[in-house]
Amino acid sequence: MHGKALPYLLLMPATLFLCVFFLYPFALVAFEAFTRDGGFTLDNFRTMAGSWKFPVTVRNTLLLSAIVVPIQLVMALLMATMVSRLETGRSTALYIFAIPLGISDLAAGLIWLAIFDQSGFLNTLLSNLGVIDRPVMFLGYQSKLTIFIAVALAEIWRATAIMMVILVAGMGLIPREYYEAAEVFGASPWKRFIKITLPLLRPSLQTAIILRVILAFEVFAVVAALGGTNLPVLMGETYNWQFTLQDRNVAAAMALFILAISIGFTLFFLRVLRVPKEARI
Amino acid sequence: MSTVAELSIAAPEARKAGNWLLVATVILLCVWVLLPIYLLIVNALSSPEQVTAFPKRFFPSFDFGSLSFFINFAGVAKALWNSVLVATLTMLLSIGFGAPAGYALSRFDFPGKETFRFLVLMTRAFPLPLLALPLAVMFIRTGLDDTAIGLALVHTTLALPFAVLITFSLFSGIPVELEEAAWTLGCTRLQAFRKVILPLALPGIAASAVFAFTISWNEVFAAAVLTIENRTLTAFLLQSLGESPLYLKFAGGAALVIPALIFIFAVRKYLFAMWGIANR
Repeated sequence: MHGKALPYLLLMPATLFLCVFFLYPFALVAFEAFTRDGGFTLDNFRTMAGSWKFPVTVRNTLLLSAIVVPIQLVMALLMATMVSRLETGRSTALYIFAIPLGISDLAAGLIWLAIFDQSGFLNTLLSNLGVIDRPVMFLGYQSKLTIFIAVALAEIWRATAIMMVILVAGMGLIPREYYEAAEVFGASPWKRFIKITLPLLRPSLQTAIILRVILAFEVFAVVAALGGTNLPVLMGETYNWQFTLQDRNVAAAMALFILAISIGFTLFFLRVLRVPKEARI
Repeated sequence: MSTVAELSIAAPEARKAGNWLLVATVILLCVWVLLPIYLLIVNALSSPEQVTAFPKRFFPSFDFGSLSFFINFAGVAKALWNSVLVATLTMLLSIGFGAPAGYALSRFDFPGKETFRFLVLMTRAFPLPLLALPLAVMFIRTGLDDTAIGLALVHTTLALPFAVLITFSLFSGIPVELEEAAWTLGCTRLQAFRKVILPLALPGIAASAVFAFTISWNEVFAAAVLTIENRTLTAFLLQSLGESPLYLKFAGGAALVIPALIFIFAVRKYLFAMWGIANR
């Protein structure tokens, strides 16, 4: 009897915790989004979608994700394959590549602020090179494009590491024999990458992409540090509804909207990059 | 060794060029990662006047004006302390709840195991910081609002799934025979765990604890939503972005980054193993 109950006893704290602090608030946020003054309503969603800022925030967030994630995927694959072919200094390179993993998105925003600010390093460099004669305002309210570029660069800088680490771990699971066989048959490094690495890396690619896309929808502090309110994104708007506009129900509707697109994209990538059971290593 | 020699005889020129390209790209990527951090540090180690001046110097003047302004700024010391407190609580909670679950998953087969794994994996498909919004109300009712423990509970939902998966793989890597041998020698289950398994798993558990600490230390959204008086460093910096001078921002950024660098360095051995299991 004791032996049978033990695993459940051990799982109990974590399960209870996740029920109270994950499932319950999730139910609560759904409830708040669909009610106002005690009655069921879709008004919160109407208010949310009716705000002039809403289409802009959706567009900014999706555009940012659509630009940042593919670039990160390519960079992460590049880093992972480069490192695996390195003969010396492998662990040093891996450690350096992984550093941004530990850096807060707010800190990443501040780091890139040091570069893009009016008295920042980019302006200094450009003026030392003689390209400009006085500092350019990269992050002003009139320069939406440069704000967007700065945010995209900061995001690429900060969050490529998470994909890289997942892909490096995944590459470690691919048996060496496959590469040796391919080499015997004269496959070039590029062919080996296309025919062996990519297909066998699919489970890791799936994890990396899903994780990264969800995080991309959550972009918040980087934008707050670099663009303020000049580049509205979904999480920033949610924060605004909760605090500046003091409307909890619309904030909950926003939260539910972000959850919905996150789950939608998760299911999409689970399906598109599906790995049949018999094809797993 | 001999294969390397043969190959380099086959195409010495091309191989050499390829190697150079490889090394150059890796170095370029390292610079891409390190240079922005260096520039932030340059700012943090310059005087307030130098930070706002133009053009900028690319080397620090080792003037601690910015840093001392930051440390003495009203609320910063308290925010630092709150960050450490919340992160420590998160670390304790996520290991305390996560490690037993990881052990159970690695050692037992039981009905409901898959359901639990699904629950843990599901947390990854959600933007978890958003759950701070409904919790803000619940916390006001229960008196947990604006407390370190309240925020730590939310951060634990972020860190717990990792703690479960990491400890699961750690315990799976320790042969069950070691435990069985201890039982036959008269140890109880608890004794065997404490004397045989725990010492072997401890470094890995410590690494996942550091990881949990880092997750909490870096989190911005939930911290900004749930704290008002007892703001953490990230919440403090976020809420003062609008009005604080540049040198305060950069010194604050450095205060966030430096500990994070140390944490990542401390767990570097485990980083890839940790994310490897996140695959499954």
